[in-house]
Amino acid sequence: MNLFDYVRPASVAEAVAAASAPGAAYLAGGTNLLDLMKAGTHRPARLVDITRLPGLDAIEVLPDGAIRIGALVTNADLARDPAFVAAAPAVAEALLSGASPQLRNAATVGGNVMQRTRCAYFYDPDSACNRREPGAGCDAHGGDTRGQAVLGWSEACIATHPSDFCVPLVALDAVVEIAGADGAREVALEAFHNLPGDDPANETVLRPGELITAIRLPAEAARFKAHARYLKLRERTSYAFALVSAAASLAIEDGAIVEARLALGAVAAKPWRARAAEPHLVGVSVTAAGFEEVARRAAEAALQEARPSGDNARKIELAMRVATRALVLAAAGSPARMPALPGSVFAPVPTLTAAGDVHG
Amino acid sequence: MIPNLTLTVNGDRHEVHLDDARPTLLDVLRERLGLTGTKKGCDRGQCGACTVLVDGRRVNSCLTLAISVDGAEVTTIEGLARGGTLHPVQAAFVENDAFQCGFCTPGQIMSAVGLIAEGEAGDDAERIREGMSGNLCRCAAYPGITEAVRDARQRLAQNERESV
Ligand SMILES: Cc1cc2nc3c(=O)[nH]c(=O)nc-3n(C[C@H](O)[C@H](O)[C@H](O)COP(=O)(O)OP(=O)(O)OC[C@H]3O[C@@H](n4cnc5c(N)ncnc54)[C@H](O)[C@@H]3O)c2cc1C
Ligand code: SF4
Ligand code: FES
Ligand code: FES
Repeated sequence: MNLFDYVRPASVAEAVAAASAPGAAYLAGGTNLLDLMKAGTHRPARLVDITRLPGLDAIEVLPDGAIRIGALVTNADLARDPAFVAAAPAVAEALLSGASPQLRNAATVGGNVMQRTRCAYFYDPDSACNRREPGAGCDAHGGDTRGQAVLGWSEACIATHPSDFCVPLVALDAVVEIAGADGAREVALEAFHNLPGDDPANETVLRPGELITAIRLPAEAARFKAHARYLKLRERTSYAFALVSAAASLAIEDGAIVEARLALGAVAAKPWRARAAEPHLVGVSVTAAGFEEVARRAAEAALQEARPSGDNARKIELAMRVATRALVLAAAGSPARMPALPGSVFAPVPTLTAAGDVHG
Repeated sequence: MIPNLTLTVNGDRHEVHLDDARPTLLDVLRERLGLTGTKKGCDRGQCGACTVLVDGRRVNSCLTLAISVDGAEVTTIEGLARGGTLHPVQAAFVENDAFQCGFCTPGQIMSAVGLIAEGEAGDDAERIREGMSGNLCRCAAYPGITEAVRDARQRLAQNERESV
């Protein structure tokens, strides 16, 4: 690990000023940053420790019904907050499918959104990587590509964003609240992470020194709380990043879908809102025989633009299957209790009857 | 400038002078305080061998910057037994054959203490396994670990009943 200057600001304004210096990085839980510093991938000149900043650790319901989650709320505390779990069950399920209990106790909301790609070539300072060193080239091409992107990638970079949390959030139109030297602003999460284009090092819309202060779920998110699921395909049962994942949220009235949201994880350099899929689901009866075929067509629409970035064409089919199953699970309803294995593909898939009863 | 680091570890207050801000909590415990019960497996958050409680919550000490938890209360494996009496989780690990080589065991036990305090897994084996999934065991003592956690939870609940 390189030597660095350590500062512990007392206010958001002090933090922004301290982090505006070249080479500065915010330190929250440290579960991604320290890992990258040990690898030599990230060598910050200064760490600005935000863990003691006041006012960033609350989960609040705003007067209009929106939920505001402070950037320092830990992944574990958010996933365990009963009111939050009831309002946004798929977000809690996604959080609990990620990392491990110890990591979730340390990891923060802001750090999760800002976590870097798990591309092995990005992590290895001896590999060429345009994201780490602009213009260096990209050793992932022709390398191990099974985890790499199938949507929105470029020749310059084929990496994915690894967050589970961000996937249901982007389906629910979450907003990122930001503090900077020029005051506060906000950006839709869907527009927060950049696709690589020819400048993969430019990962998010944050400007130097800007701090995420909160993530906000709009009041409309509650419309989906009865039918929201997250499904995550992994290479082992638990404590593994997604190979592909999907968040499905349905608003259902009188047995028919009035609004649908679908997002995919680990397929692109950003949490991928699958807008093309959503109209296929509107007006569809969730109890009719053949719902699974409708869900499959929606999933195919979601992946229509997908192309392999290497030897990973199977990821496209896997993503369609995971999205289809997430929609079937969401149609059956949010579970009364968090499943023992959150987001797991090993849980039984409930079948729906015409009467709307669920047989799990 | 790096201020002195103050930590209360297993009830004892320590002041540690750091030369720079780089040491992790794991390195401070092992190299500066001589508490080598906490193990370094991967040093990268991937194995759980370094699990300790910080202010009552289980975390990976290898990914915790020590200076960032200045002032915290830390509990390590050395702080569980009372006099010569093993903590109920330690006793349950011994009696349920929950280890082989023992390298992962301090982390497993600290994680189990954290899991039981979180109070969500109950006696359900699948929930216990998921709750312990942040601790890998290269000897694959997993069936014994799951049994030990279940047993320990019951012992702790029993102790609580007896103390009221
Ligand atoms: C072994 C392992 C397994 C994991 N598995 C998963 C998984 O399955 N799913 C998953 O989603 N994640 C997983 N993670 C990643 C984990 O979720 C992230 O490391 C964590 O969420 C980061 O949060 P943090 O508070 O520790 O961030 P830090 O490590 O402190 O910071 C991460 C980055 O965010 C920046 N940052 C932090 N807070 C702010 C802020 N408020 N404003 C602006 N910038 C900020 C930092 O400067 C840094 O660049 C895993 C991590 C490990 C080590
Ligand atoms: S895919 Fe992106 S992150 Fe990975 S090596 Fe290439 S440029 Fe770097
Ligand atoms: S040593 Fe900390 S998780 Fe492996
Ligand atoms: S007992 Fe050997 S690693 Fe777990």
